[in-house]
Amino acid sequence: MKSIEELKAIRDRTLKEMSIRDNEDKMRIVVGMATCGIAAGAKNVMNAFIDELNKRNINNVTVSMTGCIGICRLEPVAEVFDATGEKTTYVKLDAEKARRIVAEHIVNQKVVTEFTVGAAER
Amino acid sequence: MKDLSLHILDITQNSIAAGADRICINLSVKGHPQMLVLEILDNGKGMDEEFVREVTDPFKTSRTTRNVGLGIPLLLQSANMAGGELNIKSEPGKGTALEARFNINHIDRIPLGDIPETIKMLIMANPDISWTIRFSSPNDNFVLDTDEIKQYLDGVSIANSDVLEWIQNTIADGIKLVYGGVLDEVN
Repeated sequence: MKSIEELKAIRDRTLKEMSIRDNEDKMRIVVGMATCGIAAGAKNVMNAFIDELNKRNINNVTVSMTGCIGICRLEPVAEVFDATGEKTTYVKLDAEKARRIVAEHIVNQKVVTEFTVGAAER
Repeated sequence: MKDLSLHILDITQNSIAAGADRICINLSVKGHPQMLVLEILDNGKGMDEEFVREVTDPFKTSRTTRNVGLGIPLLLQSANMAGGELNIKSEPGKGTALEARFNINHIDRIPLGDIPETIKMLIMANPDISWTIRFSSPNDNFVLDTDEIKQYLDGVSIANSDVLEWIQNTIADGIKLVYGGVLDEVN
C-alpha cells in the first residue's frame, strides 16, 4: 500500500482548510452512468468534470452518478443542479464540452444553451 | 464495452441499484491456461432463481423488467469472446456474486482499461458504500478497503479530491505490483 503517512498528511492539510469552505452553496453535477451512458463515453465525461473542477480548485461542487435518465439516444447525459435546485440537462457530451460547462455554467453561472437537451431536440 | 474497467463501472451500478452498502471487486489471475477472473460481490437485495436465469438474456429481461438491460449480456459477450464464461449466484435478501472469466492469452480478451480511474469515480460518487478492491496473481496480492482508509481520515470525506487522488495512485501501484509481467498491457 502507498504510504499511510501520505494519507495522514492529506487528512491534516484538509482539516486545516475545511472550516473555510463549510456552509457554501453546493452545486451538483450528476452524470448518467448506465450501460447506455458508459458505452457512449460517460466515463471520460465524468472524469473531465472532476479534472476541470480540481484544476480550478473548485470544492463546493459534487459530482455523482445516476442510472439511465431515459434518453439513451442523447447519451452521454449530465444534469447540473444549481444551488437553488434548478436543473439543466446537457446531452451528447464529450470531455471538451464538460470542461466548457465547468467554465461557463459552474464558474460564470451561464447555461451553455447549445449543449442542452432543449437545443438538441429542436 | 472496450475494456474491463467499463464493465466494472457498469456492473457495479446494478449492485448500487440493488441497495448494496458493501461491494467487493476482486480481480485475479489464476490457473492453467491462465484465466483473468473478475468477481463483483455485493450485499444488495439479490435476485431469485428465475431472475438469475433470465438476467443474461437481453431480450427477455429488458421486456419483463425495467431494472435490467444490456450490462450483463455485454459482459457475457466479452467473456465468451475470450474463451471464458460468466457465472451469477444470487440469493434474495443476501446479495449477488458475479464472476466473469477470460482466457488471458486469447486474442479477443479485452484489456483492463483504466481501472484506477474507474474505482476513483465509483468511490467519489458513492462515498458511503464500503468498497473492497482486491488484486491477485501468482506474483503478488493487493487489497484496498475504504473502511480502513476512513479510519485514518478522521472525518475528512473520502470523496475529498486529494484523498481520491491518493486512492487512484495507490490502486495504480497495486496493478503494477500484481500484474506487471503477468498481463501484457501492464509493465
